[in-house]
Amino acid sequence: MSEVLIETRNLKKYFPHKLGQVHAVDDVSLRICAGQTLGVVGESGCGKSTLGRAIIRLHQPTSGEVLYKGENILNLKGRDWRRVQTQMQMIFQDPYSSLNPRMSVKQLITEPLRVNHVAANKAELEERVRSTMELCGLPDRYDNVYPHEMDGGRRQRVGLARALALNPEFIVCDEPVSALDVSIQAQILNLLMDLQESRNLSYMFITHDLCVVRHISHQIMVMYMGQVVEYAPTDEIFENHAHPYTAALLSAIPTTDLSRRNRERVVLKGEVSNPINPKPGCRFAPRCPYASEKCNEPQNLTEIAPNHFVACHECAKQAGG
Amino acid sequence: MENLLEIKDLYVNYETDESVVHALNGFTLNVKKGETLGLVGETGAGKTTMCLSVLRLLPEGVSKVEGGSIQYDGKDVLSMNKSELRQMRGAQISMIFQDPMTSLNPVMRVGDQIKEVLSLHNPELSDKQKDERVDDILKLVGISPDRKDQFPHQFSGGMKQRVVIAMALVAEPQLLLADEPTTALDVTIQAQILALMKQLKEKFDSSMILITHDLGIVAEFCDSVAIVYAGEVIETGSIEQVFERTKNHPYTEGLFNCIPDLTSHAARLTPIPGYMADPTNLPTGCKFADRCGRCIDKCRQAAPEMVEVDPGHFVKCNQMEKGGSGL
Ligand SMILES: Nc1ncnc2c1ncn2[C@@H]1O[C@H](COP(=O)(O)OP(=O)(O)OP(=O)(O)O)[C@@H](O)[C@H]1O
Ligand SMILES: Nc1ncnc2c1ncn2[C@@H]1O[C@H](COP(=O)(O)OP(=O)(O)O)[C@@H](O)[C@H]1O
Ligand SMILES: [Mg+2]
Ligand SMILES: [Mg+2]
Repeated sequence: MSEVLIETRNLKKYFPHKLGQVHAVDDVSLRICAGQTLGVVGESGCGKSTLGRAIIRLHQPTSGEVLYKGENILNLKGRDWRRVQTQMQMIFQDPYSSLNPRMSVKQLITEPLRVNHVAANKAELEERVRSTMELCGLPDRYDNVYPHEMDGGRRQRVGLARALALNPEFIVCDEPVSALDVSIQAQILNLLMDLQESRNLSYMFITHDLCVVRHISHQIMVMYMGQVVEYAPTDEIFENHAHPYTAALLSAIPTTDLSRRNRERVVLKGEVSNPINPKPGCRFAPRCPYASEKCNEPQNLTEIAPNHFVACHECAKQAGG
Repeated sequence: MENLLEIKDLYVNYETDESVVHALNGFTLNVKKGETLGLVGETGAGKTTMCLSVLRLLPEGVSKVEGGSIQYDGKDVLSMNKSELRQMRGAQISMIFQDPMTSLNPVMRVGDQIKEVLSLHNPELSDKQKDERVDDILKLVGISPDRKDQFPHQFSGGMKQRVVIAMALVAEPQLLLADEPTTALDVTIQAQILALMKQLKEKFDSSMILITHDLGIVAEFCDSVAIVYAGEVIETGSIEQVFERTKNHPYTEGLFNCIPDLTSHAARLTPIPGYMADPTNLPTGCKFADRCGRCIDKCRQAAPEMVEVDPGHFVKCNQMEKGGSGL
């Protein structure tokens, strides 16, 4: 087993709301090993981006710990923090608003390198920028192009180049390929996987595309309203998933196979999610086809098979007996 | 069936300081009344430009329609005056933009933004009725009405997208241009929203162009599909015709081959080699020639014509035979 690079312990991030608190991330513990990818999936608004941002301290967590190589980084300051900070980058979900519109592509990619003083001289800086752009499929004719002149795919490549320029160990990829068409998506995924292999990079990969997440992840974490409902190795999630929300998610994947056009699907009904002051029990219960009285109690993550965790008393019972 | 929208041989350029981007190059597309058409194509293929052209919302100064025509409901869009345009955009066509922040006002509460659209379309409703409608539509898109007093930046990416969808749907348009409306959504919410869109579409017999790069969504949700490459439609037909995968444009084939497959464990995906032709410097022949495994001399000399390979199924490739078997 390789070294654990990133770990969170009972991480929480709440946002204030006039009716109470939005429990965006609520008690999440995870581990990502060097050279591995953790795929994070879940309902829109369930807290994936907030989790990613909290790990790299773009949001100050409400409570809990984030460990980088075993060291709690939430209270690091000054030089100590900068040393860790450059090792952790993020590719943002929104390629529109995450790039400064007044900077050209070349300036955008030069900036993180310059701010962090990673190049010894001008020539080296130029060389790093050039090679990073090349790596990300941005030929030099893009040097003086501005974000608004580019289509979404190219903008996303710029975001990727900015993250890679600093040569980090860990990247939070927040839907890096959602805005891309399948061909460019395939190029970027191949690129991310090649880099992982050559640089032993670790990723936290947030996506709604379950085919993509299966393709790229070693482990998958399924979230629902701020909490982890299932956490297991990739094949285990696809072949032996236990939680009813995971089942609903997997059955809703659209497919190009026309014979499956009218297949049976688990369609979720019931109350919409509301993460403001949620009740203590299972948060999926109001929409769960199997909900019972016992779901009103807090659900604990239980290991139902090696490395396969589920937060559902019913699943745990079935696995146990 | 009658065509609601007819785009014929449309040419649109963007002129930047340094170069001219040929975004649409002879773009032809028909949308029937009541039809849902899936529009698929690489980033930069010109999908968004097509929508902006239909709405006459192309950025002023930098863009220019160089040729072709757009007919909406029998009216010539390119010659409409300001008030006709306002009428068309407001009452008949809604667009869901790819970037939700294009349509959202960052300093206005989300509930108020939906309410504003309602006020425009249903001025007869009382304030209380409007509030109820806002709550209803928010619930339908899976957001608790408790959150309507918040601002866009307090919402997740997918929640913003859902607010924009809600705004487009309360307007009850005849034609909905949806530019990648569900890319930021998980599949369960996506399924819910697509079902909702379908319901409303059936209720008002309206049409929709659904731009997406998810071929699964097209297969499950659309009636027909058009594939766009470098500013032109290179294949169009019913879902059955295109997804049967017997007579496809080589580019369409390439698209099918680069989707990660749930059932396979291939370590690497097979992207289509190379990049899309530089839109500032397009080749004279087939624009896909450089990336095509089946390119022959003829392909580099002249642009191929549309061939009707089966009734209603068109492919723009030199190697297709009319009504025949392709390759
Ligand atoms: N800056 C903020 N202020 C207040 N609330 C916020 C803020 N950022 C996120 N939230 C709330 O936290 C919750 C989780 O949001 P987050 O962006 O993490 O979701 P997500 O899982 O990334 O969703 P999506 O898949 O739609 O991007 C949501 O209810 C959201 O409204
Ligand atoms: N405002 C603009 N200025 C210059 N070029 C633009 C502008 N908007 C789009 N383009 C260019 O036009 C082409 C088509 O873009 P677009 O319609 O956004 O494609 P799609 O929506 O299919 O991804 C691309 O080459 C893009 O870079
Ligand atoms: Mg997000
Ligand atoms: Mg677009």
